[in-house]
Amino acid sequence: MEKTPTQIQHDLLRPMFHSSKRYWIAVALASCLVLAGVCTFLYQVYTGIGIWGLNSPVFWAFDITNFVFWIGISHAGTLISAILRLANATWRRPVTRCAEAITVFAVSIGAIIPVCHIGRPWLAYYLIPYPSERHIWPNFRSPLAWDFFAIITYLTGSTTFLLLPMIPDWAAVRDTATGLRKKIYGTLCLGWQGTPRQWHRLETAMHVMAIAIVPVAVSVHTIVSWDFAMTPVPMWRSTIFGPYFVVGAIFSGIAGLILAMALLRHFLHLEDYLEPIHFQNLGKLLLTMSLLWFYFTFAERLTTWYGNEPSEMAVFWTTIRQNFAPMFWTMVVCNFIIPVPILAIKKLRTITGTCIASTTIVIGMWIERFLIIVPALEHKYLPYAYGHYRPTWAEITLMASSFGFMFLLYLLFAKFVPVISVWEMKAGLHHPAATPHASRVITVPAGSDLDDNPLPGNV
Amino acid sequence: MRAIYTLCPDPDSAQHLVDSLRLASLDLGFTENHIVVVSGEPYEGYDFSDRYAKSYMFPLAAVGGLVGGTCGYLLTTLTQKAYPLVTGGMPITPAWTNGIIVYELTMLGAILTTLVYLFLAAPLPTFGSHLTDPEIWEGKILVGVADPPEASAARIEKMFLQAGASDLRRFPSSAAR
Repeated sequence: MEKTPTQIQHDLLRPMFHSSKRYWIAVALASCLVLAGVCTFLYQVYTGIGIWGLNSPVFWAFDITNFVFWIGISHAGTLISAILRLANATWRRPVTRCAEAITVFAVSIGAIIPVCHIGRPWLAYYLIPYPSERHIWPNFRSPLAWDFFAIITYLTGSTTFLLLPMIPDWAAVRDTATGLRKKIYGTLCLGWQGTPRQWHRLETAMHVMAIAIVPVAVSVHTIVSWDFAMTPVPMWRSTIFGPYFVVGAIFSGIAGLILAMALLRHFLHLEDYLEPIHFQNLGKLLLTMSLLWFYFTFAERLTTWYGNEPSEMAVFWTTIRQNFAPMFWTMVVCNFIIPVPILAIKKLRTITGTCIASTTIVIGMWIERFLIIVPALEHKYLPYAYGHYRPTWAEITLMASSFGFMFLLYLLFAKFVPVISVWEMKAGLHHPAATPHASRVITVPAGSDLDDNPLPGNV
Repeated sequence: MRAIYTLCPDPDSAQHLVDSLRLASLDLGFTENHIVVVSGEPYEGYDFSDRYAKSYMFPLAAVGGLVGGTCGYLLTTLTQKAYPLVTGGMPITPAWTNGIIVYELTMLGAILTTLVYLFLAAPLPTFGSHLTDPEIWEGKILVGVADPPEASAARIEKMFLQAGASDLRRFPSSAAR
């Protein structure tokens, strides 16, 4: 049965006003993980980055893996949301905000990781281009400077893309809540009224943003890939890295989105809004990305193998059948062998099925990032320079903490914001009229008796 | 701000009422600009909404992008010329790598311009009192006359009632009649 606007409003605002015990337990657990990460980070600042397992020649490992992973996860949101908006896909309505929130949180977490990595986080502002009194400027030829600009642009665009459609929903909370909540949301909604002018400006702005954000999202992960591709390390200097990273990012992003939607559906009782059809449609996208990911992985490995360049083959064999082979084949199983049948067979493409596939993909994609980075750094050109890396408790804690932070941000988000756009759901109830209604102007002169022209509805 | 308004159950009736108000506006001493429509969701295909559809957001975003790109170009080239690094014969201002910064700042310029234009054109924020009603979030559409002339307020109310409005309200005291 189709919901009325009142029901939609009630259902979608309910989680903001009532939280179950399970919700607070989840918040407490996520907070514990974040606290563990904060303590580890403070200890690391106090003792130095030596508590990590980094050593020559592996100067990047878990942290940069997490950085690439989270930036990748961020591609779920804004990119998918923007594409669905531009395509005017009607099934997007319950999905977009969940997705956009993932982007903002994942990019934020991703942006924190380099600050941890530099060891002296109080010097992180060196990245910012400013006229230093010592005439030391950022080197714009460095991919790390590109990262700074790309992430700032993406974060600004994604945050705007997330926040703008929230304004009308905050106005709805303002008009229905009381007390302090009314005051807070009254401020947040910036005095939104809901005039046709405001609606049109908002929708046009969202349209412009959608057009702008798609190329930005693609550029961000391409630039992240160039952090590696611009470096003379075996198997890194590859022209395929840009699209390979973008595909991987969208792949892991959709998987993350499906998991987030499933959790929201279960914990916030949004079964009537996040329906099986949404999981099926996203499952089809995930299937496409899984096949694309396999194609890129195969193409990358094939060209390396065919070239048979000794330094590259050292990395190639260590991942295929030596030290890193268990991880490599786990990655293939997680990203391809398990998800493809589940997502290809319609009967298996259920909510449970897509969640199982998404879980394996998230694990597989994290492993993929690790395998791109660590084996290559362990096997730089000259065998005497080979090294070995093993993560320490500090790196593992920080990684777990990043997942906890994501979980915590999402939980808090669901408490303070309707996780599904209320006004967009309502707008989905009615279809735009085929022709303008201006021709329906009453033709009786002003001041005459209008009783003969009652309003079409029961005003 | 004062207003007389009613809540229409659907966009067709809202359009009908807006048309009636427009016709009667001159006679009742207010202009079309005094007619206010407020809704909890956007409507397309209705004149009361579509007459506001035209905007300069797209061209302005493009201009913003150009400004952002120019800033990116100046930032990179002026910086590199201010403190030329030893590049071993490579260009001091490399177009390929600077292009990445220029591209990102172009997009940032477009995004920020869109945001600024939205705030100016909507307009937002507005923290004064404004005409609204909680029932708009239940799917109803508010149609009213803002700051109606005192002399013709009674006639405006009568017009609303004659047009079929059974639930006529006043702002700020929105007591139902």
